[in-house]
Amino acid sequence: MTNTQPNKMRGGKQMGKIKVVHYINQFFAGIGGEEKADYKPEVREGIVGPGMSLNAGFKGEAEIVATVICGDSYFNENLETAKQEVIEMIKKYKPDLFIAGPAFNAGRYGVACGTITDAVQKELGIPALTGMYIENPGADMFKKSVYIISTKNSAAGMRDAVGKMVPLALKIAKGEQLGSPEEEGYISRGIRKNYFAEKRGSERAIEMMLKKLKGEDFVTEFPMPDFDRVKPNPAVKDITKAKIALVTSGGIVPKGNPDHIESSSASKYGKYDIEGFENLTSETHQTAHGGYDPVYANEDPDRVLPVDVLREMEEEGKIGSLHRYYYATVGNGTSVANAKAFASTFAKELVADGVDAVILTST
Amino acid sequence: MVKEIERAGIPAVHMCTVVPISLTVGANRIVPTIAIPHPLGNPSLDPAEEKTLRRKLVERALKALSTEVDGQTVFEE
Repeated sequence: MTNTQPNKMRGGKQMGKIKVVHYINQFFAGIGGEEKADYKPEVREGIVGPGMSLNAGFKGEAEIVATVICGDSYFNENLETAKQEVIEMIKKYKPDLFIAGPAFNAGRYGVACGTITDAVQKELGIPALTGMYIENPGADMFKKSVYIISTKNSAAGMRDAVGKMVPLALKIAKGEQLGSPEEEGYISRGIRKNYFAEKRGSERAIEMMLKKLKGEDFVTEFPMPDFDRVKPNPAVKDITKAKIALVTSGGIVPKGNPDHIESSSASKYGKYDIEGFENLTSETHQTAHGGYDPVYANEDPDRVLPVDVLREMEEEGKIGSLHRYYYATVGNGTSVANAKAFASTFAKELVADGVDAVILTST
Repeated sequence: MVKEIERAGIPAVHMCTVVPISLTVGANRIVPTIAIPHPLGNPSLDPAEEKTLRRKLVERALKALSTEVDGQTVFEE
């Protein structure tokens, strides 16, 4: 046979088009929004949704052969099973490269993308990458183990994300040397690479210090890790005497959402009086959260904010009292800076009101 | 938010379904819950059973608040 010329030679290895499997959630697959977030993993031959622009970006060098789709809630509520199901689906296609997302600032999607990218890399030994916004919880969880392209915080940044994901994806699939996180657009993994600098360390340090003294900008060569951890407070001595307050990021608000807390990217929180409420009902309360299927919380808001049970325990003397006010916001794409500011403000009130302990519920 | 409450000196327990997120955020006392859209409930149970389930979870949260911890601790059953 003479007509079997390899179309490309890479590192002496015969290689055709790079085979890619892509992972997306139910939303980007066009299956549905929150009401479909419990969608079980499914694999489809070929390209679905955002895979189109990735595939176009590959310009024939690589091709998406299959797309795995999974609902965000299903994945997060069944992490281990979902991971294994998805891995099995990917394995069958023997891809050269795996791409998940981009997930932007969608928290559950980001956790799914990070989990599966990490697993593909570790369990299947296939080069993999994903993309998400720096504040996505999936970024903090997986930035050390996988390449995560730093994207904007919403799908409006798709073009920008694809523009960065395509070149890095091709490079890692071909096993090429990668540049620094700044050059390649991925979130720093905290890996140090040795290189020869033109100036020695002492000179560079003095230059930096002079710049700092003059108040000029400088780039550190060793950023201090940002460990924002708070030591646990001592336990409550006697819970039957304690005043307990409820706080939620699940968006439970009085019916009609009087403070107009946004369904995503909340800019505020609410403080609500529950004196006299034996429990929360669909008549009195609702959720303002746009990041999960609201049906169950609207039907019975106690499913997110357990006022009924705490009221009961208050009467039985199992707790001292339930604090008169609860605090609520919507934790859906809400920036860390906002959440921090909300809580540091109302925590002062909780202290002033003599609250002994807080139960914070999240959806 | 859970961290800011702790920082202010009040012990806080985080009740949530996706425990890895809570661990990343830095909650110290964590109680895993039922599902994302109904952490403290289960619509497939009848109302009485559902309330019993919720009570059990809240009791676990109160137990977590009454337990001294060194670092991040997940209170499973």
